[in-house]
Amino acid sequence: MKETPLSNCERRFLLRAIEERKRLDGRQTYDYRNIKISFGTDYGCCIVELGKTRVLGQVSCELVSPKLNRATEGILFFNLELSQMAAPAFEPGRQSDLLVKLNRLLERCLRNSKCIDTESLCVVAGEKVWQIRVDLHLLNHDGNIIDAASIAAIVALCHFRRPDVSVQGDEVTLYTPEERDPVPLSIHHMPICVSFAFFQQGTFLLVDPSEREERVMDGLLVIAVNKHREICTIQSSGGIMLLNEQVLRCSKIAGVKVAEITELIQKALENDQKVRKEGGKFGFAESIAKQRITAFKMEEAPVDTSDVEEKAEEILAEAEPPPDVVSKPVLWTPGTAQIGEGVENSWGDLEDSEKEDEDEGGSDEAIIFKGVRMDVGMEVSNTGSQEAPIVLSDSEEEETIILEPDKNPKKIRTQTISAKQEKAPSKTAAKKRKKKRTAN
Amino acid sequence: MQSDAKIRTEYGTDSSPQSPGCSLRHFACEQNLLSRPDGSASFLQGVAEKSRERLIRNTCEAVVLGALHPRTSITIVLQVISDAGSLMACCLNATCMALVDAGVPMQALFCGVTCALDSDGTLVLDPTAKQEKEARAVLTFALDSVDQKLLMSTTKGLYSNAELQQCLAAAQAASQHVFRFYRESLQRRYSKS
Repeated sequence: MKETPLSNCERRFLLRAIEERKRLDGRQTYDYRNIKISFGTDYGCCIVELGKTRVLGQVSCELVSPKLNRATEGILFFNLELSQMAAPAFEPGRQSDLLVKLNRLLERCLRNSKCIDTESLCVVAGEKVWQIRVDLHLLNHDGNIIDAASIAAIVALCHFRRPDVSVQGDEVTLYTPEERDPVPLSIHHMPICVSFAFFQQGTFLLVDPSEREERVMDGLLVIAVNKHREICTIQSSGGIMLLNEQVLRCSKIAGVKVAEITELIQKALENDQKVRKEGGKFGFAESIAKQRITAFKMEEAPVDTSDVEEKAEEILAEAEPPPDVVSKPVLWTPGTAQIGEGVENSWGDLEDSEKEDEDEGGSDEAIIFKGVRMDVGMEVSNTGSQEAPIVLSDSEEEETIILEPDKNPKKIRTQTISAKQEKAPSKTAAKKRKKKRTAN
Repeated sequence: MQSDAKIRTEYGTDSSPQSPGCSLRHFACEQNLLSRPDGSASFLQGVAEKSRERLIRNTCEAVVLGALHPRTSITIVLQVISDAGSLMACCLNATCMALVDAGVPMQALFCGVTCALDSDGTLVLDPTAKQEKEARAVLTFALDSVDQKLLMSTTKGLYSNAELQQCLAAAQAASQHVFRFYRESLQRRYSKS
């Protein structure tokens, strides 16, 4: 679906508000929205909510052979997907620019900053290393995807536990989670992206732009910093021209913000760790706020299945045995066979039924369903018994011409997936045959 | 019109073996959690992809009153957050709740229930991933809310006629609980008190 265009008055309103240092949700210039982090039951699965923007992060690992030029390092693979539910504009074929830009930025932030120790992922040099795969899915788009995604990625990586592995000489033993506790990844530091949106040619800036603000901004500056105030990545897009003081100021602000966010992440990770250790309930089920009226829970419910067997027996006793199906294919010409008879056309008046020669099917309208491939050359005719009346439609649009049976049947154009019901074009005067298309 | 459903099938405590006698696992759902789509719901429950999609689509087509919205495309996007067994049933439940949240007119609600038959013929409702793997047959049914009629069934494995009817009857009994859950969660949301 195309994105609804932003109206001019909304644009002007937003820009005027920003000039007066006001934001639609009441935040200050440097305020972040509420960040909420929740974990799933599996290690490495988390959902991060930055205001209403929601990102799901999932980490998984696999033993593979290493890259040829990096024989002692593990492999990291990042993938961000903009799910169709995040915004109506995100369709499977359509989002390439934004997607590529976000993926590239995430990769630079997490891979080039060497936040994960890839040497520790090596099991047998040159033969077996761990491949860590981080999958991020955007579930709801309310602005600032990159920040939410980077937080989700780093939280998922910190939360993840990989299976323990031991090498004795030539033997490599992989332990299951039941045999030995899985081991966390070795993470040096946590780089987090902070986005700055610029308006009015760089005069005004906002931290953590919401979706509306992103639409009216002139340019975006993304700085990835860790809590030691080291800049991991910096990217400016949109063509705004910034002065050095502005960039320096932004990096200082980013440092402060990242310190706060890192503290929040640490607290969330510790909480989750504590709950798991104490044996309490964890997972997404617990993170649904009970007080919200849009959320509801129900405990385990026993189901009474004692009378199931009697009911089943009753049904079986009353059911009739299935009708015998005997298939007798009739071979018309090499390549054309007929099994059974077609259904009679229920269109038009049934009184005027003419007996036609063979090879005429009834319907003039082909209904094409999504996902059904029409088979070629399947001709259904009502000629099993010559006495059966053949009913043709009374439509004026079609011309029914009967062909000799020894002519090779014309192949039906295969129609592939179409989204809606369509009328098959039946207007051409030259159309010879009306074929009944059977949906498989 | 877009209604999206996030599905999580998982339960928080460590996986304990299900006690004999059937029971459904703990449920939770949240509605209207995404701001962009018209309706959304999250449902938690204790190449193949395309066929699953088609099954869900066929179930929806049977209940959604499409005639009231001509020239409209209703898109249902499902995101699996985690899978702890009974995935198809959870997908169906989440779809139904999302459609309700979006206000799509339907002639009935529907729910999904999964049964597993293990090697000695014992019926287990709402199986965990481990139980599904070890079962002889896994059957998933979509049932409607008015008469508990069968809307869709997908099965895997070997089972007899009698076992099929038994599973169906058990699923119908279980669906009562799911519909009660729907009703209560919607009541909670829409009631004035």
